[in-house]
Amino acid sequence: MPSNNNTSKIRYWNIKNIEWRKYIVYIAFVIVFLFFAITLHDQGFTSISNILNITRQTAMISIMAVAMTFVIGAAQIDLSVGSITALTSLVTALILANNGGIIMAVLGGLATGAIIGAINGFFITKINIPAFLVTLGTMGITRGLAMWITDTAAVPISNNTYNFIFGLGDIYGFPILFIWTLVILIIGHFVLNYTPFGKYTLATGGKEEAAKYTGVNTQKIKFMVMLFSGIMASFAGLLYAGRMQAGRYSYGEGDELSVIAAVILGGTSLSGGTGSVIGSVFGSLMMGMINNGLIIAGLSVSQQMIVRGVIIILAVALGSKTNTKN
Amino acid sequence: MNEQYILELEGIHKSFNGVKVLENVNFKVKAGEVHALVGGNGAGKSTLMKILTGVYKCDKGVIKINGKVIKIEDPNDAKKYGIRMIFQELSLVPTLTVAENIFLTNEPITKGFAINKRIIQEKTSKLLKEFDIDVDPNARVSSLGVGYCQLIEIAKSLATEANILIMDEPTASLSEAETNILFNFIKKLKEKGVSIIYISHRMNEIFKVADRITILRDGKNVITTEIDKINIQEIIEYMMGSKVEKIFEWQERDQMIDNDYILEVKELTVNSQIKDISFKLKKGEILGIAGLMGSGRTEILEAIFGIREKIKGEILIEGKRTEIKSVKDAISAGIALVPENRREQGLVLMHSVKENIILPNLQRLLHVFAINTKKVKMLVETSIKEFSIKTDSINKPVRFLSGGNQQKVVIAKWLKTNPKVLLLDEPTAGVDVGAKGEIVNIIREFANSGKGVIVVSSELAELLAVCDRILILSKGRIINEYLRKDIESEEVLQHAIQQ
Repeated sequence: MPSNNNTSKIRYWNIKNIEWRKYIVYIAFVIVFLFFAITLHDQGFTSISNILNITRQTAMISIMAVAMTFVIGAAQIDLSVGSITALTSLVTALILANNGGIIMAVLGGLATGAIIGAINGFFITKINIPAFLVTLGTMGITRGLAMWITDTAAVPISNNTYNFIFGLGDIYGFPILFIWTLVILIIGHFVLNYTPFGKYTLATGGKEEAAKYTGVNTQKIKFMVMLFSGIMASFAGLLYAGRMQAGRYSYGEGDELSVIAAVILGGTSLSGGTGSVIGSVFGSLMMGMINNGLIIAGLSVSQQMIVRGVIIILAVALGSKTNTKN
Repeated sequence: MNEQYILELEGIHKSFNGVKVLENVNFKVKAGEVHALVGGNGAGKSTLMKILTGVYKCDKGVIKINGKVIKIEDPNDAKKYGIRMIFQELSLVPTLTVAENIFLTNEPITKGFAINKRIIQEKTSKLLKEFDIDVDPNARVSSLGVGYCQLIEIAKSLATEANILIMDEPTASLSEAETNILFNFIKKLKEKGVSIIYISHRMNEIFKVADRITILRDGKNVITTEIDKINIQEIIEYMMGSKVEKIFEWQERDQMIDNDYILEVKELTVNSQIKDISFKLKKGEILGIAGLMGSGRTEILEAIFGIREKIKGEILIEGKRTEIKSVKDAISAGIALVPENRREQGLVLMHSVKENIILPNLQRLLHVFAINTKKVKMLVETSIKEFSIKTDSINKPVRFLSGGNQQKVVIAKWLKTNPKVLLLDEPTAGVDVGAKGEIVNIIREFANSGKGVIVVSSELAELLAVCDRILILSKGRIINEYLRKDIESEEVLQHAIQQ
């Protein structure tokens, strides 16, 4: 492109501002890491085992955040994900307890999320109810079902193969939860950036009418992202069940907010049209790291919640402040 | 001598990052005149207006109001001196009433903190009556048409004593009737002694409404003159400098029109009003559709394109009956639509030039099932070159591009789908004269390659410049058809539409 002095100046100025927002999560991540590494060095924050532990603790949020990047990218929201993990864990545990076998248990679990995701998608696209309201409803319904199905009793899982694959295993020293996170991250990143589905998702969120006029079936896209989010939430539910060796109605309480926070920290705009899967996973890892650091530092639960809230606001504020300069 | 000017900007300089945007610009406005400010994109019009309204500060130069030197440091200063700008983007809150909007930031408060509803209603009624705006002060803004919103927007700025009013493309979203209301309104403002700075790309409006004109080019004054001492061709020459072509003149087509039909529409019925539309389009032909706003022009194009449901009707592409039920069907049948509203329907504004151009072309850019980044880059870079889209990076969000370049992105994204039939709805709305010429040339070249084009436009000069044949649409019916060579002047066409 021919670019004279004038345009190259402007370009420098613009790119500086736009990229800043995308990278804020990585900068914040490094700052938080260095801060804890220095202050908590003696308490073992930087030890390999602690760092692997952070990846274990954040795996479920990270995986749901990958799917939520698509949901928010399409200018939708999914509040039902936390409840889906709980119901899935119980469905899976019950199938295992009744000798249904691992394959049936996993398929049954994933079907749970798929059904709820499809219900969300149906009401959003066919009945035109905003995603916030639909998923607020299914969040309650799903959590209620999870409590009702066993009358709030936990269902233990004694199948060691299942527990290895979906929670406790290590492969060459890497926690299996970390490996699952990596796999989902790579698939999500690929789909968002290198397939028409990913492009259509962001176009739908960026300007639905323009996407329609360009031949994108925006209703189908919205349905698909909700379905995808439901399935990924139930995958996270399988991991909760494996890691805790039980199905329980209380899993994932409040996870929907952590997942949304991770996605926004990762540079995705809440109003849709943008999205970074890698950013979302880093957002999730950063929040996990903050939790972990604060626990090691000996802060009480109440203090942890306050500090975490402050850090989230600061990081997002920094990102949006630099963004509005445009 | 100085006494007659209400506003004088003298020797204004402004640079951004060392790049001169305005250089020694002089701009003087008399009391009670409409002064047109004209220039291509990047000529410095908006920078000059931003200096006047206190958004930017000039590096050097003097601003005088009624002969007295003043300083405008921020938008509040500008307000203090009675300078108001009507924005292109409407700044009304749709869920509030007309009266609430007009007094949104300066509510007359009487009892404690409570807003006195009676007072704002009375004041609004008075204001509306003064300008003959027939609107209920208690009506919600969302229930009004765009035209009325624009008028209310102006009334809002007048509620707080303005004596210099800046209008930036005020008619961009107005119908002809609404434009006439606006022009009457401007006349009344002039009588009250309000000066108006009128920025527009629409030449015929400038001749209708302006008293004097100032033309800027590349941040410098070119000329300031009485409007009746200049003609349209001269204005374009002043704006464009040396690179002027006579774009708005009918050119004999170098390619003969084929005898085969590329598109046939048979008894297309969209709703109870727009029905039984039949016409044929030959290969290499450019067909215009003229008609008043609301005559069904957009609906017909949208029905052919599959985005609007049709009740009945057949569409034949190259003689073959083609079922078009969705945009996807239309694209695979070889139909493309450059829609009326570029910002809502044409582009995802927040996305880059690249993302916008590839969106309808993704299926062709796949390698197995992944998007091939090399192919993407090639497609986008050739489009930018081919359609001379001015952007400094393929990753620049299109919202930072000028209107003309945005429109070229829309045209590029559709022409890259290799359509057989190109439908264009108001292709040059809100586009500067230079880019208009380029778009007209793109349309001609596309038709010359043996494809078919349908153009819908409110700018009759544009239809007369490109079309081989023009259909006249009225209330959902085709009432007449002219060959271009049988139309002698714009007036004849205007008359045909108004029947």
